[in-house]
Amino acid sequence: MKSDAGVRADGTAALQAHDLRVCLGGRAVVQGVSLTLPRGRWTCIVGPNGAGKSTLLKAMAGLLPLDGGRVELLGRPLASWSRRERARTLAWLGQNEGGPADMTVWDVAMLGRLPHQPWLAAPSAADRAAVERALRATGAWDWRARALGELSGGERQRVLLARALAVEAPVTLMDEPLASLDPPHQADWLALVRALVRVGRTVVSVLHELPFALQADALVVLAQGRIVHHGACHDPATHRALESVFDHRLTVCAVQGQWVVLPCMTPPDEAPLPS
Amino acid sequence: MNARHAQAWLLALALAALGLVALGVSVGSTGWEGWIGPLFDPGADEAAAALARQIVFDIRLPRTVGAWTAGALLGLAGAVAQGLFRNPLADPFLLGSAAGASLGVALALAGWGGAAGMVGAGASGAAISVWSGSVWVRLGLTGAAFVGAVLAVGLTLALARGVQHTLRLLLAGVVVGVVLGAVTQLVLLFSPESLQAMQAFLLGSTGFVGWAAVALMAAVWGLCVLAAGALARGLDGLSLGEATARSLGLPLGALRMGLVAVLALATGTAVAQTGLIAFVGLAAPHLVRALVRTTHGWLMALASAMGGVLLLAADILARGLIAPQELPVGVLTAVLGGGYLLWLMHRRSRQEGVR
Repeated sequence: MKSDAGVRADGTAALQAHDLRVCLGGRAVVQGVSLTLPRGRWTCIVGPNGAGKSTLLKAMAGLLPLDGGRVELLGRPLASWSRRERARTLAWLGQNEGGPADMTVWDVAMLGRLPHQPWLAAPSAADRAAVERALRATGAWDWRARALGELSGGERQRVLLARALAVEAPVTLMDEPLASLDPPHQADWLALVRALVRVGRTVVSVLHELPFALQADALVVLAQGRIVHHGACHDPATHRALESVFDHRLTVCAVQGQWVVLPCMTPPDEAPLPS
Repeated sequence: MNARHAQAWLLALALAALGLVALGVSVGSTGWEGWIGPLFDPGADEAAAALARQIVFDIRLPRTVGAWTAGALLGLAGAVAQGLFRNPLADPFLLGSAAGASLGVALALAGWGGAAGMVGAGASGAAISVWSGSVWVRLGLTGAAFVGAVLAVGLTLALARGVQHTLRLLLAGVVVGVVLGAVTQLVLLFSPESLQAMQAFLLGSTGFVGWAAVALMAAVWGLCVLAAGALARGLDGLSLGEATARSLGLPLGALRMGLVAVLALATGTAVAQTGLIAFVGLAAPHLVRALVRTTHGWLMALASAMGGVLLLAADILARGLIAPQELPVGVLTAVLGGGYLLWLMHRRSRQEGVR
C-alpha cells in the first residue's frame, strides 16, 4: 500500500508534512520529512530512541515552531486554522505531561471539551454526553468522582486518554499512549483505536511497543530525524526497514496470523564481553 | 462533580467571616467590651454613644473588614500563583512584589526622614511611622509600596523576557527578590532612623487600615475575582501541561499575562495596605485542597475566602493574645503558617511512605 491510498476524492489527506525541519537546542531533530497520512487510517510512527518520533508528532500537531517546511491539516495549511477550530479538529495526547492531581476524573475529561465550549459557558448536554462516552470507552467511568492524584499511573493514563477522546476530533495524535498500561488495557486501547478508525477517524501514534505498532494500517519508520520507510504493516519491505533501524537486533515474524517482533540475541562469538 | 461540596464550604467560610467580623468589632485591646451596648441602647448618654460609634465604625470595623479583604487578596493570589507555576509551594510573593514593595517603603521612609531633617521639623524620623495616622503619610507609603511592587513585577517580567517560560519567570522572580532585598538593606543602612518604622512594615499589621484602604482593597479584590473567574478554565487546561493546553486551543500568552496581572495587582494592593504578611497566600490554597478537590475556579474562590478568614482570625488573636499589647499579625501568620506547612509536609511524606 502506498501512502496515497486513503486520500479522498477531493485529494486531501488528514495530515500532510512537506519538507519538515525542526531544530531543538540548535540540533536538527527532524529534517527533510515529507509525509502524507491518509484519512480514516491508523498510522504508527516507530524508530529507535532519539529518532525524532515525538518531535515529528508534535510538529504535525502544530505544537512546535517549525524551522522549515509546512504542515497541512485536512488539506489546509495548519497556520491558517484558528486556534479553536484546529483544537476541535486535531486532538493531542502527550507523553508524561502529568495532570491536575486535585481535579476529579470527570473534570479532567471535561477539559477535552474546552475547544467546543464558548468562553465562560457551562458544559452543554452534548459536552456531558461526549465526556461520558470517553470515560466509558476507557473504563474510567466508575472512578469519575475520584481525584486524579489518587489514581495509579495506568489509571491516570486512561483518564488522560479519555480527555483526548472527549474532544471527538476527526484526527487524534497520541504520543506513547501505551506507556504504563498493563497488557489487558493495552489490548483495550488497540480495540479502541480500531473502533475509532472504523467510524472514519484518523489516528496517528508514536509507539515503542512494536507488536502493537504492527497492527496499524501503516508504519512510518524513522531514524535520525528522517523517514527511512513508510508502508503497510504486512509489507516485507516494512519489516526489513524495521529490522535495519533497530540494528537487526530484532526480527519480525508471523505467529498465528499476526506479525510479532522477537528479539535477536547477538551470536555468542560476537557478543561484547562484559568488562 | 464536587461543586456541591465547594458551594457548602464557600457558604461555611462566608459565615465564619461574618462571625469573625462580629467578634473583631466587639473585642478591644482590653478584652470583650461593652462598646456595642451604648450603640444600640437608647438610654445611654450621648457622649458614650458617640465614642462607641467612633471606635466601632472608624477603627474596629474598617480594620476587621480590611483584615478579611487583605487575606482574601493574598489567598486568591496564592491560588493563582500555584496554578500558574504548577507548583503547590508557589507563593504569591514569588514574582518579586514583596521585595519591590519593601524597597518602595524603605525609599519613601528614607526620603521622608531626610526631608523632615532638612526642614528641621523637630523629631525627624521618630515622628514617622509606617502606621502613622496621618492620611498623607499613609497615602504616600501605600503609593510607594504599590509602585514598588508593580515595578518589581515588571522587572521580573523583563528579565524573564515575557511570560512564556514559567521556569525562567520563577528564577527571575527569585533574583529580583534577592537583589531588591539587598538594595532595601542598603537604603536602611544609610538611613538608620527609618529602621524601626520599616520593621513595622516588614512584620505586617492590619492595625491602621482605614475605610479608604478597605475601599481600595475591596475594589481590587472584586476586579481580581472577576478576572480570575474568567481565567479559571484556562488554568485548568494549563494544568494538563503546556503542549496539551495549546492543543486545546488556549491562548497561553494572553492567559499567563492575565494571571500575572491578577497576581501582581492582588499582592501589590494587599502588601501596600498591610505590609508583608507571610504564609496566608501559601497556606490558604493548601487548606482548601485538604477540604475539597475541585477545579481552579472553585479553588480560587475558596482560597480567597479562606485567606480572608485566616487573616481575620490571626488579627483577632494578635489583638487578644497579649492584650493590651498587640502582636504584629505577620508574626502570628508566619508562626502558624510555618507550623501548618511543617505538619502538611510530615503528613504527606507519611502518606507516601504507606503507599
